Amino acid sequence: MEDDKDYKISRRSLLGVAATAAVVLVQTSVGKVVQAAVPQPLIIPPDPTKITGAGPSLSGQVSTFEKSARLTSATASRTPLQDLYGTITPSALHFERHHGGIPIIDPQKYELLIHGMVDRPLVFSLADLKRFPSVTRTCFIECSGNFRNGREEMTPQEICGLTSSSEWTGVMLSTIFREVGIKPKASWFLAEGGDAAVMTRSIPVSKGWDDAMIVYAQNGEAIRPEQGYPARLLLPGWEGNTCIKWIRRIEVSDAPFMTREETSKYTETVKGMVRQFSFVMDARSIITFPAYPVRLERGWIEIRGIAWSGRGKIMKVEISVDNGRSWSQADLQGPVLDKAHTGFRYLWEWKGNETGIMSRAVDETGYVQPLYEDLCKARGSKGGYHFNPVTQWRVAKSGEVLLGNT
Amino acid sequence: MFKSVKINIYFIYGLAFLIGGGLLYGVGLLLEKDKVQPARFGFGRAARPEEITAWDIDVMPDGRGLPAGTGRIKTGLLIYQSKCTSCHGHGDKASLELPGGPLFLDHPTEKTKTIGTYWPYATTIFDYVRRAMPYNAPGSLSNQEVYDLTAFLLFANKVIPENAVINQQSLPKIVMPAKKRYVTDNRRGGNEIR
Repeated sequence: MEDDKDYKISRRSLLGVAATAAVVLVQTSVGKVVQAAVPQPLIIPPDPTKITGAGPSLSGQVSTFEKSARLTSATASRTPLQDLYGTITPSALHFERHHGGIPIIDPQKYELLIHGMVDRPLVFSLADLKRFPSVTRTCFIECSGNFRNGREEMTPQEICGLTSSSEWTGVMLSTIFREVGIKPKASWFLAEGGDAAVMTRSIPVSKGWDDAMIVYAQNGEAIRPEQGYPARLLLPGWEGNTCIKWIRRIEVSDAPFMTREETSKYTETVKGMVRQFSFVMDARSIITFPAYPVRLERGWIEIRGIAWSGRGKIMKVEISVDNGRSWSQADLQGPVLDKAHTGFRYLWEWKGNETGIMSRAVDETGYVQPLYEDLCKARGSKGGYHFNPVTQWRVAKSGEVLLGNT
Repeated sequence: MFKSVKINIYFIYGLAFLIGGGLLYGVGLLLEKDKVQPARFGFGRAARPEEITAWDIDVMPDGRGLPAGTGRIKTGLLIYQSKCTSCHGHGDKASLELPGGPLFLDHPTEKTKTIGTYWPYATTIFDYVRRAMPYNAPGSLSNQEVYDLTAFLLFANKVIPENAVINQQSLPKIVMPAKKRYVTDNRRGGNEIR
């Protein structure tokens, strides 16, 4: 019954499938012109074992029945957290935020310049970067402006869809630092992108020695254009804007550069003061199921979600199914990785009562994800950058799940 | 007697085993050391001075990177009107949604984030306008135009008077009204809400 509902195909998606079917036919049998002009009607075979299927292809696509998509605005798009399984964000669904559009960069002509307080100013081609010892690590990237509320009808994607997790491959920045020879008095470096915004951020040199990377691959393939093709800076656990995409230049210096993106933007007012260089993303979690627009049915429910911290590993995630009166520990899906999305699960039998369900993350520093009211009080504001409160879902008797803290 | 000799033999066997293991471990460490990456790989090529100059466009708060030139407020106003108003308004549109947000307001409040109420350094205006503005023609302004716009924006935000001279020496010396509000991140993890 449930399946029938899910697989009912609209006229619009029929046309989408029809186009795919036509391409297959072009390659296998009839003339190109005829096929291009007359889209084939989609036939969903009643018994797929009685019809020969499509052959292999150069590059695979998600099933036409799947509708998961980013939610776009003029300058950003959000990951559909509620549609994902596990903890790796498919590259095509990684959130985007760019300030001057996505540049087209020829990898053959790409160069990374490193100069300033170094012994040897050097230029690296993409091939040069790939010759260095490579490192692969999984971590999240989250935009520090990743909090929305204000309506009850909001999905996890709308609330905090500006976080994604990938397996990145590249070269440690420390390897590059040794290659150019960083002067002892250097303390900051400027990372600059090759996009129309020529995006710049100042980064402490210490992060460069610690775990920063120049990455050229994401989830086993070249980085997507919207993620910085052909190479980007990756600062594990730090706000997404600092992970400069399309990186073309690093200037090593003895002071921060005070660029627009670290002064008038990506700073937050805290009780009248302006907090600057707040790089690290605090621990956060969200229940992605059940969440709006899901309608619950009575019985056993596996509450699912993700948790992450820019300061290290998630130690535990606690769940409340009685609106915060009591908290129980959720199961974490191992292996729990440093600065990476971590899956959690909690079995709950819903008996049809009205309640609130929520999750709170605790990281290895002992930091506890704050409740909305407590964070508002500490900041003297109801939002802004680095706003990571517990998300409360209100469950109505009808089974409707709506966002609390609005 | 016999018993204690037997124990001693085992003790010696054990000792030999430990010493042998230690030696193997030591050799292993030496071999491992050979695998440590070299001080330099020799990849990449030397950067030419002219290509560094071409890309090194940033301007620092102490004035490093500023070209020579003097900003003219009146010319800046004309450039602003023709190239900036459509996205940033003209000080009177606080309530309207502007694509780029207002850069100055006739009636700013504590909460507005205009240059005069939120930006901590005047040099940032020059750096940012030169590298990324206008949005539809990024990086198209000459140094002179950027100086003129910088002077106008400082004047429109009531940071400088009408007769102020904005140049390579004076721009870094301007103390922006919001500077005193800036504090460095004090979050440290652990049991805190900040």
